[in-house]
Amino acid sequence: MKYGYYPGCSLHSTGVEYDESFRAVSKRLDIELEELKGWTCCGSSPAHVASHLLSIALPIRNLVLAEAAGYSEIAVPCAACFSRFKKAIHETAEDPELAADVEDVLGEKYEGKVKPLHPLDTLSQRLEELASKATSAVPDIRVACYYGCLIVRPPDIMAFDECEYPMSMDNILRAVGYETIDWSSKTDCCGASLALSETDIVLDLCHEILEEAKGAGADAIAVACSLCHVNLDTRQTEVEAKFDTKYEIPIFYFTQLIGLTLGIEPAELGLKRHFVDPMPLLAKVV
Amino acid sequence: MASPIHMSETLVSSRLHGLIPENVQLCFQCQKCASGCPVAYAMDYTPPQLLRMILLGMDEEVLGAKTPWLCASCETCTTRCPQGIDIARIMDGVRQVAIAEGRRSAVPRALAFYKTGVMNIRTFGRMYELGLIGMLKLKTREFTKDMSLGMKMFFKGKIRILPSFKGSSEVRKIFSRVKEKERGK
Repeated sequence: MKYGYYPGCSLHSTGVEYDESFRAVSKRLDIELEELKGWTCCGSSPAHVASHLLSIALPIRNLVLAEAAGYSEIAVPCAACFSRFKKAIHETAEDPELAADVEDVLGEKYEGKVKPLHPLDTLSQRLEELASKATSAVPDIRVACYYGCLIVRPPDIMAFDECEYPMSMDNILRAVGYETIDWSSKTDCCGASLALSETDIVLDLCHEILEEAKGAGADAIAVACSLCHVNLDTRQTEVEAKFDTKYEIPIFYFTQLIGLTLGIEPAELGLKRHFVDPMPLLAKVV
Repeated sequence: MASPIHMSETLVSSRLHGLIPENVQLCFQCQKCASGCPVAYAMDYTPPQLLRMILLGMDEEVLGAKTPWLCASCETCTTRCPQGIDIARIMDGVRQVAIAEGRRSAVPRALAFYKTGVMNIRTFGRMYELGLIGMLKLKTREFTKDMSLGMKMFFKGKIRILPSFKGSSEVRKIFSRVKEKERGK
């Protein structure tokens, strides 16, 4: 099985361990990820704040590239990129005038032949295979699966899982042997890119998420978005300082947790890159 | 007696007209968006208050509010609105008008972040975090903010030193074509 691969800007920088672990896991499942040549930024949050047309044209440019390269499906791990791609497809399909403007801007037409897939999607299709290949010792930890905003919302556009209480990540992690818990902050917002401007709000929102996870008895949180990871992991000590508390809850990409059960080395999964050191929690198995 | 305000007419004459969904008129103030909004506690007007202000033609107050600049675009409001109003898109529309009019923002750091972000994408074609943070510091003059966090990220291999420039000329072309198109409208 081969997918086109759009890592997006964050998987080449702040979310590099998401890239590393997704590639490593895909390889073990004989999924070939071929990075889209010449990809550019999807526009992320700055573009849709500045100009609607720009926010649609930037992702469509990448879809045009993918189409020309012959991919029918592209894997898009970053939740923000995934959301921008789905929105662009939805809006150009619904609004012919916008589609014409985008075509004019790009000088090329997007035929609508490429489907963006989130890794939760590609891996959900392989639960049995994952279960059979997960032969390494599974860490005895209770995991809170945190989906965040953009993978599931708005549901009529994302059309992915249940928008208030999704289960796809839980089902994948349970298939490879983890215990995942029921908790109430699965789709709460971490404050996203406000981290770089209104940091205090992000600390408040992350505090609520970490409190919920701790209260529900989680030893770790699993995420599927690079911005969620940055906020919950790299800002965790700031949250602790602001609210005079202690969590030390490791934040994993769900692909890293899968990787451990497939026998992939921690370094290959980028586990050493986290701010909250996960190794003590994993000491028994790695 | 004061003459009544016809909200549909106010919307047509608003500076936001064409940039926000028309069905904003369907808002019946149920407060679902306000209760679901994670950032409402920090806003000066809750989302439904801002929607009503738009319908009352209070453009100046709407464009000067903190509310749109604090929106995290989490889409909870849009998801839960029983009237199908894309409220997150309305927040985008207000910000787009404010930027186009060159206004100061009630949340200057948020505006600085978005402007810097757009400039960054335009210049490099891909987001170049180190450049983004550097430019943001110059704009906000908060030179020490997040410095140790940034250093730690660097040592964990999470920040690239050099930008990529891949596809940057194509992206610059898209930016200028968009600007031309928007000027024509």
